[in-house]
Amino acid sequence: MDRQNGKSRREEVCPGKKDKLDLATARACIAQTKGPEYWRSLEELAGSAEFHEMMHREFPKGASEWLDSVSRRGFLKLMGASMALAGMTACTKQPLEPIVPYVRQPEEVIPGRPLFFATAFTLSGYASPVLVESHLYRPTKIEGNAQHPASLGGTDIFAQASILGLYDPDRSQTITYLGDVRTWGDFLNAIRGPLNVQKGLQGAGIRILTHTVSSPTLADQLNSILKLYPQAKWHVYEPVNRDNVYAGAQMAFGQPVETIYKLDGADVIVSLDADFLSAGFPGQTRYARDFAKQRDPDSGKMSRLYVVESTPSATGAKADHRLAMRAVDIEGFARDLARFSGIETEVAGARNQAGKFLLAAGKDLQNRRGSSVVIAGDHQPPAVHALAHAINQALGNVGRTVFYTDPVLSNADNQTGSLKELVGDMREGKVDLLFIIGGNPAYDAPADFGFADALKNTKIPLRVHLGLYQNETAELCHWHVNEAHYLEAWGDTRAYDGTASIVQPLIAPLYNGKSAHELLSLLAGQAEATGYEIVQGYWKTQHSGGDFDSFWRKSLHDGWIEGTALQPKQIALKNLAVGPQAAATQGIEINFRRDPSIYDGRFANNGWLQELPKPMSKMTWDNPVLISPAMAQRMGLQNKDVVELELNGKKVEAAVWIQAGHPDNSITVFLGYGRRRAGRAGTGAGFDMYQIRPSATPWFTNGVNIRKTGGTYPLASTQGYQSIETPNGAERPLVQAATLEEYHREPNFAKEEEPPEGLTLYPGYDYKKEPYAWGMAIDLNACVGCNNCIVACQSENNIAIVGKEQVSLGRHMHWLRVDTYYQGDRDNPKAHFQPVPCMHCENAPCELVCPVGATVHSTEGLNDMVYNRCVGTRYCSNNCPYKVRRFNFLLFQDWDTPQYKMMRNPDVSVRSRGVMEKCTYCVQRISEHRIDSERENRKIEDGELQTACQQSCPANAIIFGNINDPNSQVSKLKAKQRNYGLLAELNTRPRTTYLAEIRNPNPELES
Amino acid sequence: MDDRAQELINKQAPVIEPGYTFGTVTDKISSIVLTRPTSNGWFVGFGIAFLITMGLLYSVGYLFVRGVGIWGVNIPVGWGFAIVNFVWWIGIGHAGTLISAILLLLRQSWRNSINRFAEAMTLFAVACAGMFPVLHLGRPWLAYWLFPYPNTMKVWPQFRSPLVWDVFAVSTYATISLLFWFIGLIPDLATLRDRSENRAAQIVYGMLAMGWRGSARHWARYEMAYLLLAGLATPLVLSVHTVVSFDFAIGIVPGWHTTIFPPYFVAGAIYSGFAMVLMLAIPIRKFYGLEDFITDRHLNNSAKVMLATGLIVAYGYGIEAFMGWYSGNRYDAFLLWNRLHGPYAFFYYLLLLCNIGIPQVLWIKKLRTSPGWLFLISGIILMGMWLERFIIVVVSLHRDFLTSSWGMYYPTRWDWMTYIGTIGFFLACMFLFLRVLPMISIFEMRTLLPEAEVKAE
Amino acid sequence: MKRTQIYGMMAEFDTPDSIVHAARLTHEAGYRRIDAYSPFPIEALAEAIDFHPTDVPLVVLVGGIIGGLSGFFLQYWIHVINYPINVGGRPLNSWPAFIVVTFEMTILFAGIFAVLGMLALNGLPMPYHPVFNVPRFAFASKDRFFLIIFSSDPKYEPAETRRFLEGLNPRSIAEVPS
Repeated sequence: MDRQNGKSRREEVCPGKKDKLDLATARACIAQTKGPEYWRSLEELAGSAEFHEMMHREFPKGASEWLDSVSRRGFLKLMGASMALAGMTACTKQPLEPIVPYVRQPEEVIPGRPLFFATAFTLSGYASPVLVESHLYRPTKIEGNAQHPASLGGTDIFAQASILGLYDPDRSQTITYLGDVRTWGDFLNAIRGPLNVQKGLQGAGIRILTHTVSSPTLADQLNSILKLYPQAKWHVYEPVNRDNVYAGAQMAFGQPVETIYKLDGADVIVSLDADFLSAGFPGQTRYARDFAKQRDPDSGKMSRLYVVESTPSATGAKADHRLAMRAVDIEGFARDLARFSGIETEVAGARNQAGKFLLAAGKDLQNRRGSSVVIAGDHQPPAVHALAHAINQALGNVGRTVFYTDPVLSNADNQTGSLKELVGDMREGKVDLLFIIGGNPAYDAPADFGFADALKNTKIPLRVHLGLYQNETAELCHWHVNEAHYLEAWGDTRAYDGTASIVQPLIAPLYNGKSAHELLSLLAGQAEATGYEIVQGYWKTQHSGGDFDSFWRKSLHDGWIEGTALQPKQIALKNLAVGPQAAATQGIEINFRRDPSIYDGRFANNGWLQELPKPMSKMTWDNPVLISPAMAQRMGLQNKDVVELELNGKKVEAAVWIQAGHPDNSITVFLGYGRRRAGRAGTGAGFDMYQIRPSATPWFTNGVNIRKTGGTYPLASTQGYQSIETPNGAERPLVQAATLEEYHREPNFAKEEEPPEGLTLYPGYDYKKEPYAWGMAIDLNACVGCNNCIVACQSENNIAIVGKEQVSLGRHMHWLRVDTYYQGDRDNPKAHFQPVPCMHCENAPCELVCPVGATVHSTEGLNDMVYNRCVGTRYCSNNCPYKVRRFNFLLFQDWDTPQYKMMRNPDVSVRSRGVMEKCTYCVQRISEHRIDSERENRKIEDGELQTACQQSCPANAIIFGNINDPNSQVSKLKAKQRNYGLLAELNTRPRTTYLAEIRNPNPELES
Repeated sequence: MDDRAQELINKQAPVIEPGYTFGTVTDKISSIVLTRPTSNGWFVGFGIAFLITMGLLYSVGYLFVRGVGIWGVNIPVGWGFAIVNFVWWIGIGHAGTLISAILLLLRQSWRNSINRFAEAMTLFAVACAGMFPVLHLGRPWLAYWLFPYPNTMKVWPQFRSPLVWDVFAVSTYATISLLFWFIGLIPDLATLRDRSENRAAQIVYGMLAMGWRGSARHWARYEMAYLLLAGLATPLVLSVHTVVSFDFAIGIVPGWHTTIFPPYFVAGAIYSGFAMVLMLAIPIRKFYGLEDFITDRHLNNSAKVMLATGLIVAYGYGIEAFMGWYSGNRYDAFLLWNRLHGPYAFFYYLLLLCNIGIPQVLWIKKLRTSPGWLFLISGIILMGMWLERFIIVVVSLHRDFLTSSWGMYYPTRWDWMTYIGTIGFFLACMFLFLRVLPMISIFEMRTLLPEAEVKAE
Repeated sequence: MKRTQIYGMMAEFDTPDSIVHAARLTHEAGYRRIDAYSPFPIEALAEAIDFHPTDVPLVVLVGGIIGGLSGFFLQYWIHVINYPINVGGRPLNSWPAFIVVTFEMTILFAGIFAVLGMLALNGLPMPYHPVFNVPRFAFASKDRFFLIIFSSDPKYEPAETRRFLEGLNPRSIAEVPS
């Protein structure tokens, strides 16, 4: 009876349990359950009969397999894991070593006043320089480092969301041996012996597998280790790597080089499948800024962007001319373009279908010699990169819009090859001591390597994993050392232009994690060296002359090291070794891409990123297969249908999403989902595409078989309808767009629907008499749809995530959303991005209908939301034509998890169940600056006050300020003719207005 | 019309069958409450209604624990079943006061035999309606913030909001209806006091009757007050659904923002109200054998009222559709399209069938006087009127201005449980009323008897 | 036993006609402190005893005025004086929006005044009243009609009054003990 209950209850917590229970499954159960359930499931588990049975058995089922031999204590540890953190909120401490605050803020801590520290976030070796806001030494918000050339104040979504990564309760919190809790000391003892043995063998059995490294210190450490153990090998692997880029450079110049673009000098840009405006592309933050700068129709500087792409992307959406083309055909296009630019290449295989497009692009390039640029996408084969280099050379762009430097990465070897070699050694039993520093190869290695299998079944005596999570790889290693988050540990890194930054920690490690530096120094024989000593030590050796302390201090303060940017090289193009193009194989093409939100899977447990709508499909929590409308029709597929993909005999099931503008006879799948051990947010979400990813052609290949299984799978998209053309054939003026000459002909085109001032029976409120009247202008021309503002807003305003099911019900909480609209032909539509925060209407429809006055207007024109007064009628939301209001239908905020308490912005109240919430124009920031300015007896100056979205925007698309001040930047923008109010005909008089989108199409192609 | 014509009508279709005296009328009606044994039918009916009411209690309990998220509401569809049901019940609640007040002023003496339970029905319907605005709040325990009471927060309701208007309109309506009903009861309570053998009953009824003794002076003032109350209730009953319609008409949502709403909401309310009256009257007169008091004349007249109001409602739909096309407003035009072809189109057509199509059979006199058919048609109309509110609330909201915010609304089992629960609550109250109070106004029936006429000059 | 005081003399009739007739005669005979009881309202009866109430409408009017004024000024005071704040760009005194509540308050107050006023003027509630001491008076709420001459009437004189009432040939006559 009781047994029955226990069982059934537990089964709903973790379905598919047999009545036998072993610890792996037990842990799986806990991993699956989220939030408050987390505790409950533990109790149920403890109460369930099987659990007792398991406890009483001397050796739990599968004790022989080491992965299950977790002792009672180990399990209790699991139970206690995050409970142990209760009260941790009280005892955050500053790192022991002196870290240097950013001077814009007072030197000493004033409670309630944040400090800012410069540091850098690194993704696949490329740094995003950031300033971190710290409240009493609790880092709470990431901002761009405005002084740094790679940021200029902007950030990317991954850097923004990394703050949640720091406080992720599912992070690995202890060192473990075979799943048991161990100490650092235990670990030292455990590897001392084997290391000594290796000394004798010159380290023949040592293998070190790192993720992509750009840290000078780490590289230095590795090299010294390789000196110490000449036979040891250092392998580098990340599933999203730049092998093709370097190989292409090799092909063109005979050496791997970094290519850096200067887009603010480019009048014509041709992208060969390069998504250079989306987060994850090295230098994206800077490129977005430069690109936007170059597209200002009012200043006459208006570049033209041609994009040839194999899957719809933000870059394609911004293109003046976009050509959807299967990835395999793009090389053909590149060859023709090269020939057009006067480069001799053998053209074979697939002829391009571009025709007019190619001609137009080619001509434009010719007309803009020296001020044009051709960019090749990372996943295009080396030949395409080589051709791009050749074309840029031929057009004389090198030195003007294109620069070459030494690689930013410390190790530019072919990563796939490197991993292959490692697996080979493992299988041949050459490996005795394997260190996996970061990364998660057991999950993300190419399918045909069978890395996980090799790790499990080849008897490597000692396997050590250093990582932020107890992930799929940790599971297969003897030792797991919990890694320190970059906000907890010292380090250094390089930005896309090579500029080095010291990574200074904001907080002492929450779980006494170790950094890669500390682990490696152990191999080098200095077990006690701290990260601080190691990093500082390295830079001491680099620093010549001058007093080191001031140099160090300055570098920490600025967030970057003077004069470390890599110098442009003059390198000659050797005659192109681009052989004949391999004849294209037949069949449907499959593209493997990094996920726009969770990258290669490392951010799978980051709720903010999971719930961040992908730029083009607005999909959350999943990675459906993208197929073109035509193809879907042919194969009789609907959205949410489940298909089985088969590639080289490997199979995976996934749901389908029909993506307007996707090339036909080709599909796109995104990596990073289907994690088995990610944490409560990431585990089990989506489909694991690594299972079919081939090592030979990791990015795209022909010949995937698609079979409809007949099943369906729920998908959660945040946007109900993605066209501004309604089903009845009408079109709505939501996004005002025009071509450059249309704009010149009729500058006021966007304003047609605006009613004249004072078109109301009521006398309006006079805002002119107020010192401030806050307003915002969003330049649709600049917005590149990178989603950065959404994450920044979420972080600044303590916005909850709600999970897939609630999203699919339409209850996501984002205060700021970026609408993506398609227009015209579904096979190659125009796409528009439109960030939509609260409009702060002067005649706010929401305020009028609130029965309790919970939303009212401030004298400065803010549409204030009084959470404490809200009773939750939702009338305001119904009456909001912009639907920017968000409602706490259930208790969405996590009030229990201690880590989140540390993370939240103390200046913003945390909303509970049953109240409405919405964008406040970051009123907490306004107040802060008002207080300051009043204390200093002055007015708030233009630009000193930025909203979170504005501050994080890499493209400067969002401008906020005082519209009562005619000289403020926002007033100037609103004065422009292309400025218009959304749904202005309703006479809501929105304070947030938009600058219409202007395209610069090539007349030849328009006709 | 002049009295002779009236007499003629009374002869052909009497309001009360001949052969009754003051005594027999009194006995027949009061016996239901006092002497007749309670039938098993009553126990079964009340039992079922009570169980459903418990279902309501359960779903409301769960609602308070988890939050409105257990319902299908979302952004953009912030209002769902709760508001639909609220408007539906309020509409039903209109018949009672209308019959009692307006027909009284119009000297429609036939109303005397149906006004009492129509008023009771009104009260219970308003009680059901009153629940929803509270339940649908995100924080229901703060519902009292909608009332203007002095408080330490120094904040007040926002009187520009139609929801506050609702609070005042509905609570006023409830109060006045209650008073009206109670006033009407006093003389009958006195009758029950004097008729009952049971001491406890005598005390209870006696207290409620407040020592009424039918003095000529009292009657004079009583009639005056009753008439004035009717005069006040008449504009009130018209205002209530007008205010309810403001909840939508004041909003800017396409499909809400229209001036036709007040009249056509009121018409719709009376429409559904009479439907409910018939659905109750027909079984009641059958089970309690009151065919002599609730005669075919009543059924016929009620049916006529439904036919008339039904046509007004139809006109409302027509105008809505016409304006959608004629205004040239892209949002209204799309709304029309969406009703006809959108995901909820089926319900719109069903609505047209229930509210406009089927009720036209009421042109046939035979059907107007056949209880079975009337019962069925009334049921259909009630469903139709519920659908109307569903269309207005959900279909307007789910696709408004920005296509990016479009969504869908799917009710959950909790939505249904709450809705059905209120029906159970309503019926339970009705059963209790039938058992303890005279369902037909005795003293007003006496005035209908021929012997009540004073021939002396 | 203590001798009971007489409250008045009561005559019973069984048709509306007869009671109206009797009441009229009684009034003509000069009796002023009289009353009649019927199971349903009979306008003629009130006239017969020369009773024309005008007080109820007055009370209702007063109630309506109080309700209306308090209704509007409550809103005005709240939004203009006590808690003035900019809501949706509307003026503080957006009187058109205040009409609804004003109207509802008028009706509410008028209605309550009508009911309570009527009861108060009728001296209700009054659970005990001497007339209830007459056993047959129970039929006053069913099908009988009663006429009473109060002992407080100047013309009241037990024997004389009884003879007068018998002259109206009622169904029965009873003395009403107080």
